[in-house]
Amino acid sequence: MQFSEAWLRSLVNPKLDTDQLCHLMTMAGLEVEEAVPVAPAFDQVVVAEILSAEKHPNADRLQVCSVNVGGAEPLQIVCGAPNARAGLKTACAMVGAELPGEFKIKQAKVRSVESFGMLCSARELGISDAAEGIMELPADAAVGLPLRQYLDLDDRLITIKMTPNRGDCLSIQGIAREVAAISGSAAHPVDCTPVAAELADTLAVEIAAQDACPVYCGRVIRGIDAGARTPDWMVRRLQRGGIRAIHPVVDVTNYVLLELGEPMHAFDLAKVSGAIRVRPASAGERLALLNDQTIELAEGTLVIADGTGPVALAGIMGGAASAVSDTTVDLFLEAAHFTPDNLAGRARAYGLSTDSSHRFERGVDPALPAAAMERATRLILDICGGQAGPVTVVGAAPARRAAIRFRPKRARRLLGMAVDDSEMCAIFVRLGLDMEADGHEWQVTPPSYRFDLAIEVDLIEEIARVKGYDNLPAVLPSTTAAMTELAEGRRGRAEVTARLIDLGWQEVVTYSFIDSKQQAMVASGAEPIALVNPIASQMGVMRGNLMPGLLATLRHNLNHGQERLRIFELGRCFLGTGSDQQPLRLGGLAYGSARPEQWGEGARAVDFFDVKADMEALIWPLAADYAKAEHAALHPGQCARLGLGGRTIGWLGALHPRLVQQLGLSRTPILFELDWDALAARGLPAYRTVSRFPAVRRDLAVVVDGSIAVGDILSAARAVLPALVTELALFDVYQGKGVPDGKKSLAFKMLLQDTEKTLTDTEIENAVSEVLAYLSQRFGATLRS
Amino acid sequence: MNLEDILTEARRDFAAVDTLPALEQAKARFLGKSGAITEQMKGLGKLDPEQRKEAGARINQAKDGVEALLKARREAIQAEELNRQLAAESLDVTLPGRGAGLGGAHPVSLTLKRIESLFASIGFAVADGPEIETDFYNFTALNIPDNHPARAMHDTFYLGDGSLLRTHTSPVQVRYMEHQKPPIKIIAPGRVYRVDSDATHSPMFHQVEGLWVDRDISFAHLKGVVQDFLQRFFERDDLTVRFRPSFFPFTEPSAEMDMSWNGGWLEIGGCGMVHPNVLGHVGIDAEAWQGFAFGLGVERLAMLRYGVNDLRLFFENDMRFLKQFA
Repeated sequence: MQFSEAWLRSLVNPKLDTDQLCHLMTMAGLEVEEAVPVAPAFDQVVVAEILSAEKHPNADRLQVCSVNVGGAEPLQIVCGAPNARAGLKTACAMVGAELPGEFKIKQAKVRSVESFGMLCSARELGISDAAEGIMELPADAAVGLPLRQYLDLDDRLITIKMTPNRGDCLSIQGIAREVAAISGSAAHPVDCTPVAAELADTLAVEIAAQDACPVYCGRVIRGIDAGARTPDWMVRRLQRGGIRAIHPVVDVTNYVLLELGEPMHAFDLAKVSGAIRVRPASAGERLALLNDQTIELAEGTLVIADGTGPVALAGIMGGAASAVSDTTVDLFLEAAHFTPDNLAGRARAYGLSTDSSHRFERGVDPALPAAAMERATRLILDICGGQAGPVTVVGAAPARRAAIRFRPKRARRLLGMAVDDSEMCAIFVRLGLDMEADGHEWQVTPPSYRFDLAIEVDLIEEIARVKGYDNLPAVLPSTTAAMTELAEGRRGRAEVTARLIDLGWQEVVTYSFIDSKQQAMVASGAEPIALVNPIASQMGVMRGNLMPGLLATLRHNLNHGQERLRIFELGRCFLGTGSDQQPLRLGGLAYGSARPEQWGEGARAVDFFDVKADMEALIWPLAADYAKAEHAALHPGQCARLGLGGRTIGWLGALHPRLVQQLGLSRTPILFELDWDALAARGLPAYRTVSRFPAVRRDLAVVVDGSIAVGDILSAARAVLPALVTELALFDVYQGKGVPDGKKSLAFKMLLQDTEKTLTDTEIENAVSEVLAYLSQRFGATLRS
Repeated sequence: MNLEDILTEARRDFAAVDTLPALEQAKARFLGKSGAITEQMKGLGKLDPEQRKEAGARINQAKDGVEALLKARREAIQAEELNRQLAAESLDVTLPGRGAGLGGAHPVSLTLKRIESLFASIGFAVADGPEIETDFYNFTALNIPDNHPARAMHDTFYLGDGSLLRTHTSPVQVRYMEHQKPPIKIIAPGRVYRVDSDATHSPMFHQVEGLWVDRDISFAHLKGVVQDFLQRFFERDDLTVRFRPSFFPFTEPSAEMDMSWNGGWLEIGGCGMVHPNVLGHVGIDAEAWQGFAFGLGVERLAMLRYGVNDLRLFFENDMRFLKQFA
């Protein structure tokens, strides 16, 4: 909400300068975003009258003016503005004046004619951007008066970022009330004395939706002067409140909206036929609004209707057909209360947002319509003339608010501060709350405008707010010294990612929403989860895996000169919208050389096994099994599915050559993606006896069919190893001379050991033979000669 | 060859060689099976006992002399060899080290880790929740009913089925309290989303939610804990925190937290006492239990801590930026 500081000070004027006043409001919860002067600094600019304007003897576009600035003699001033003319009241900067932009006015010769000052445009004074000639002031402006005083320019525009609970402060009166309560200075009430009826005319009103509209005040005013002008002071206050002056009657209703916070509406009585009815719209009814938009009303939308149909969208906007215009002489004024429950979301549903709907959605004092009606009537009669009828009141403002139970002890406990009862009592009084302060349980009744106060904690906040949050203590709690749980069988995020970081990987954080095309590129099948209102089309769907973000990061960094990248991200992927369909995953991408470019080592491109080694280190002390598999984004011949405990935990592989080409990459990235849950669980170390007897190593070289996976051999053999064999590991794979085509030679290392005794040769040979026999029976392995 | 000559010759021969194997060969000529000293020994048998004793002593003396020469030469050669080896093996120690290099954590992770550690030090556990949320958890359960104007404070991303991207980490409060009875002391870090994008707003950013519910946890405690946290986080005892009345439907009283920074105030999050309606939603008796909740902007803290001046850098993932946080 934006408003004029001077207007506020006309209602409450604490002895505080602007900064202090703004600080006070901010610390009371009315956050001041901005307080800017309505005009920049300048001085010695006065209201002046041009007595005569003659053509400059030496310049076509200049005039030589004789200007009355209220001094003994008129001044001669050369002026280039085409609108300078005899009789015009305008602004004159005197010799010695300093205008915005450190522009000093000096006595000067303009094309050899003396000039003693300057006639100013609004733009030169920094008042507005309008630069069409010099200012045109009203004919009754007092010559010689300082312009700042005449236009009330020593004022500031204050903008408050109003929280949605403080609808009561969406008016000058509301803010004044608040400032008075916090500062302790008195607020002057706005004069809402009833205006006596001079006419008997009324327009019948009926409310068919009492819940949505508990009270409706209407009044007929006849015979206003169609040529009336809105006074300058009102235009200025409206402007400084962000509202443009349109028509005196509309201006008055807007003025009352800003002043009291009651949205009102004025109908042209001649264009309303029959009685007024506040009712829900029927489906299919249409209404042409003031903003030239015609809407089709949804059933149930509250409207103001006359005998012919809807004439206004209740609490939101009036209709075009019944609007006041230059020819209006008779009015019907409306001041009603519409409940937030009814209004909430309604304007937005029609794509509208008005000063009126903004207030009704947040709540308006239900007691305001009657007062606002009198205030508006007085202003209209003063400005436009005419005669008023009696006020028709249908319904009633809700009776006194329900009292709220308040326990001072509870307040002290919640705030953690020893505020005594009498101080709390005084705070409630300052806020205008009624109170029966009896013992430990008080009954506190808020005034009608504090509809935000409903339960005890609301009152406790009021205590804190008026006392000042700054004045509440900051205390560290004393607490029970119970230790927190520390699950050793699980690893935290930092621990797991630290291992990757130690292995040379850089963490990245990419957006959770990505381009649907990128998503389709790396995932097959599943329909991506699309955002209804994405910020940009390339952020349109939720990522189903981490690859698109990693690939985009690769592209960004390649474009910026990086040639080698090892990046990972830990983040959620979205397989569905359910809370159990958003697995946390760890994904990574390696690109470029296997190791950083360095002396003493040849460059070699990173490959599947480089990254696999890091995966093994990452999962260690558990060991995943790697099975050849297919993934939409990965090279079918260089892709492994990782399993752990019979469950798939992730993928590892080279980017599919098709994608390498599509993405214009010169080398092949290796990608992985793992389920976080599988990585987090690691189990506890469990001790096994370390043998004191020597271990014996035997190597076993066998020839098997080339298509058999080494992993299969190892896992199968390990499952059936004789007890003596403590380790079976591959140390060489060979294909070529000496090995038949289509076959490969595998060299295994076996460690044999007993915890109880030294092994005999026979025991060793038997165990080796047993393994060989198994390999030959299961995999057709033959001993390599 | 008399003994004098033997010594002279040994000295000369030993000096002439400069490797250990050559020295061993030279040694054999004097001390070997048919070496000069050995031959002298063999001659002793022919002498009478009196002469034998005297000659034997002289031969032994000569033998000791040869052995001493040998030892000295051996040590000299060993020293030379070692020197040669050392010279040959000398490195340019100024060459860079070789290796796979280290990676680094993202500055947001660094910041989160720091926040988690500080809160863990006073017993806060870490909780987590989904990022695609239901309207219920993101709004309704937090006392923000349909069409409440407070919803306008959250520019929300919606998905086709009516679910949404969480606009704050507060839904984790509700999810956690549904299953966990007080006392409760958690922080919930994570990604949140708002339809907003410019130099100071990112459509995705991180928050840390804090929640402490116990018998007597008060607003004064909220002020104490937040101030303590910020002073420890920035390692500055002179840092002050300003609490300013505000409005969040899920807390009452509510406050914005501003931190003193370079002579001004910077908004770093919102907080307040958990609203009785929120406790009521999850079946916690708001008369018996009370507590505070807060939400901090993680990127804001990271920017201040590390002097980063553009929010967008966090999600561009430019290595030249990220490597600075190793």
